Amino acid sequence: MVQARDLRKRFGAFEAVRGIDVDVAQGEVFGFLGPNGAGKSSTMRMIACVSPRTSGSLQVLGMDPDRDGPRIRARLGVVPQLDNLDTELSVRENLEIYGRYFGLPRRHVRAKAAELLEFARLTERAEDRVEPLSGGMKRRLTIARSLVNDPDLLLLDEPTTGLDPQARHLLWERLYQLKREGVTQIITTHYMDEAEQLCDRLVVMDGGVIVAEGSPAELIERWSTREVLELRFAPADRPGAADLERHAERVEMLPDRALLYTADGERSQAALHSAGLRPLSALVRRSTLEDVFLRLTGRTLVD
Amino acid sequence: MTAADTATRSAPGWARLLPGGSYAGRSRMLLLRSATASRRTWPAIVSGFAEPVFYLLAMGSGLGSLVGELPGPDGRPISYAAYIAPGLLAASAMNGAVFDATFNVFFKLKYNRLYDAMLATPLGPVDIALGEIGWALLRGGLYATGFLSVMAVAGLITSPWALLALPAALLVAFAFAAVGMAATSFMRSWQDFDLVTLAVLPMFLFATTFYPLGVYPRPLQILVECLPLFHAVELMRGLTTGAVQIGLLGHLAYFLVMAAVGVVVAARRLEALLLR
Repeated sequence: MVQARDLRKRFGAFEAVRGIDVDVAQGEVFGFLGPNGAGKSSTMRMIACVSPRTSGSLQVLGMDPDRDGPRIRARLGVVPQLDNLDTELSVRENLEIYGRYFGLPRRHVRAKAAELLEFARLTERAEDRVEPLSGGMKRRLTIARSLVNDPDLLLLDEPTTGLDPQARHLLWERLYQLKREGVTQIITTHYMDEAEQLCDRLVVMDGGVIVAEGSPAELIERWSTREVLELRFAPADRPGAADLERHAERVEMLPDRALLYTADGERSQAALHSAGLRPLSALVRRSTLEDVFLRLTGRTLVD
Repeated sequence: MTAADTATRSAPGWARLLPGGSYAGRSRMLLLRSATASRRTWPAIVSGFAEPVFYLLAMGSGLGSLVGELPGPDGRPISYAAYIAPGLLAASAMNGAVFDATFNVFFKLKYNRLYDAMLATPLGPVDIALGEIGWALLRGGLYATGFLSVMAVAGLITSPWALLALPAALLVAFAFAAVGMAATSFMRSWQDFDLVTLAVLPMFLFATTFYPLGVYPRPLQILVECLPLFHAVELMRGLTTGAVQIGLLGHLAYFLVMAAVGVVVAARRLEALLLR
């Protein structure tokens, strides 16, 4: 569906995307995970054919965005980072008029809008203006709008940023439904739980380059340990990294806590206790993509 | 039928001259969108119609009773109301088009990100520029039709040539809308819109809407003769009073050039702003 080789994007002196290779296969949910400014959105805009690439090759749906932009865009669904719904139109009109931009006939978009209102659970608000809708509803409407042309490829840029947990879960459920229907999806996110939940395969981006690639499970297995022991110490008896390293494979000292990477968190905790270390709190959890990211970049993902 | 089938089908032959993908030949969908949206904003549209009528009442009937008659374009005396009415017609075409193509377009460009949403579809910047300018033109045309009807009812039309004032008003509206949209693409904040008022208001007052060019000394006359509204007023006044002569074609040419430059600059700038 998408094939990029040494893809680059420069804005003046700043190179936002610095030579990435990406392959997205039909039917998969592919993720770009990385902090703000990693180059995810620039990459998405190039794939969406609204930002010409600086160099490298890019094929979307087997075509070149530089040459066939409108033909590619006719088969894409795009959910931008910030909702850009038409505030002068009603919920239903947002879907119908958007469908008309694709050149779809009036009768077709009318039926499609009714179907998508159901999908987005917005049928009761169909005749309302967009402005008074909640953040989650606007997001669902934006996603519904992106489906009006029955896209072969759906591009979602930070789909759940700024939503409350309940709204996020409803959205995830809708995206999962689309996946079951065979819609190929590309998602950018800086939430590792979102990437783990949704993505079959993902790349971790940082500073415009890809630093790792694989399924969430593969990445965790390759770059982290099975378990993580999170410790908080009172500032006075915070030990040095060297004291902790004896009890784990690897240690990350964060400003507010220490992370001990270990195959068995319980056992490491017991060992620490016998060594006389007394943290204020200790928590054993499984490794996540957050840990992978920390390992690869030395930084945390979400500010 | 899928969206892919219809993606580029409707683009006409001349669109091949444009950079690839900038025109899908579907700008009428923007008209559809504007028409749908305007069902809720009709008071704004009505007020645009009423404004020149108020001017005509205040200036034409009120002030006109003191002024009496003036020599028309061909030298025959006409009432003051009949003198300023074509000026107001030109000004209303300008105002309707300029305000639609500046304030409304800026809002959609910067705050609504409406054009970003459109560019995610097969639509290109030329579709957007033509669609938005086309809407401003329709609005200007609506005002012109309304105002011409008022003129007819008030007995201010003295020639059948006045029928041509309507297409002329459409061209004037198109040209002002195109240049207005091009100018909007350079604006950074609402403060910059004071410049629009600064350009439009003096033109409205001084570009022979209310009195003949002869009141100015020659150097000022030359300045006024460069202003687009002057040419619109001359065109309208010639048509509604029946003083038709070959020079009107010159005024027409002025607006054709203005419209073409405006569309090209507006589309280019949209592309530079949105497709980065």
